[in-house]
Amino acid sequence: MSKKESTFISMALSLLVITLISGFALGFVNDLTIEPKAKAKLERKINAIKLVLPEFDNNPVEARKLVKSEFAKDSIEIYPAYKNNVFVGAAVIGSSEKGFSGLVKIMVGFKPDGTIQNIVVLEQKETPGLGTKMKDESFLQQFRDKNPSTFNLKVKKDGGEVDALTGATISSRAFTEAATLAFDEFLINLDAIITSKQ
Amino acid sequence: MAELNQKQNFLKGIIKENPIFVMLLGMCPTLGVTSSAFNGLGMGVATLFVLLMSNIVVSLVKNLIPAKVRIPAFIIIIASFVTIVEMILEAFVPLLYEQLGIFIPLIVVNCIILGRAEAFASKNNVLSSIFDALGMGIGFVLALTILGSVREILGNGSLFGLTLLPETANTFILFILPPGAFIALAYLTVIFNRLTNKTT
Repeated sequence: MSKKESTFISMALSLLVITLISGFALGFVNDLTIEPKAKAKLERKINAIKLVLPEFDNNPVEARKLVKSEFAKDSIEIYPAYKNNVFVGAAVIGSSEKGFSGLVKIMVGFKPDGTIQNIVVLEQKETPGLGTKMKDESFLQQFRDKNPSTFNLKVKKDGGEVDALTGATISSRAFTEAATLAFDEFLINLDAIITSKQ
Repeated sequence: MAELNQKQNFLKGIIKENPIFVMLLGMCPTLGVTSSAFNGLGMGVATLFVLLMSNIVVSLVKNLIPAKVRIPAFIIIIASFVTIVEMILEAFVPLLYEQLGIFIPLIVVNCIILGRAEAFASKNNVLSSIFDALGMGIGFVLALTILGSVREILGNGSLFGLTLLPETANTFILFILPPGAFIALAYLTVIFNRLTNKTT
């Protein structure tokens, strides 16, 4: 098939040339896509922040705070929002590893008093048609305007007040765990967020 | 005569040697990502692109590569194109990128692609290799889209994300779970072979 003889040198040389070319090609494409990739990621984040918070006029992405949490291994991201220099709420990213297929990451928007404005699911790998329904309005609406200090963020099976998704109790549990983490971090860091603006 | 051959090169991948329904190759992505029609289509198109590019390049360099290192050389070529696809998807179709997840890098080890490089592109000229890749690729896209559609309709009552059945309708959740992939694939393979055997 190949007309070239397989000597040590010819084999090494041809592999070297191929890897070199492919390396340069990949570097080139990486340079081309690095900006759109970062932009797409940022856009998703900004859209999520807009969905979960009341109206604001600052740039929450710039005001982002990273806090170490004793409950999670990664730092927690908090995006504070202000309108006319008044604190109107913060979006907190909470996550849980206990989903049916691993990581569940959500963004929870809190009003200054801790009431949930809205929740958006950022990342999940749950079972399509079961756990993925956590993105649906019918599931998310039960959290709106609830304050986790009075609203027990646990599924009903575990003695809480959350209606779990049919056939996806594990996914629902991971969701509530992520939401609880977000709420705890919001409370812990609330003072720091408010004072940091002044 | 030459023209007839190209038509055969193209058509054999869709019907007579359909990679999924006849040759049962590349089962990992086939069973793994086809929980919805959109995922099936996306995976199919990504694979089609890699298959086309690697077939072209392999048939171009086939005489320059020593026979003993041809497989590693093919794999490097395929892996490069897969990485390019991955970067492009992440940049411009992030939604699909998230859905397909680990299955994009796994295109590298999809046996259809290495199979075509070894069995066809390394023995034929560029033009034939292009037709071969297009035929095989389109056969793969069609099979994945059909499988994804069937599973999405039966399991979720929707098609390409559009709801077909009312929320209250009972759907077979089984079909979007992994066992449903095997069941749906088996029945589709039976139907496909039944139909194609009659016409030929």
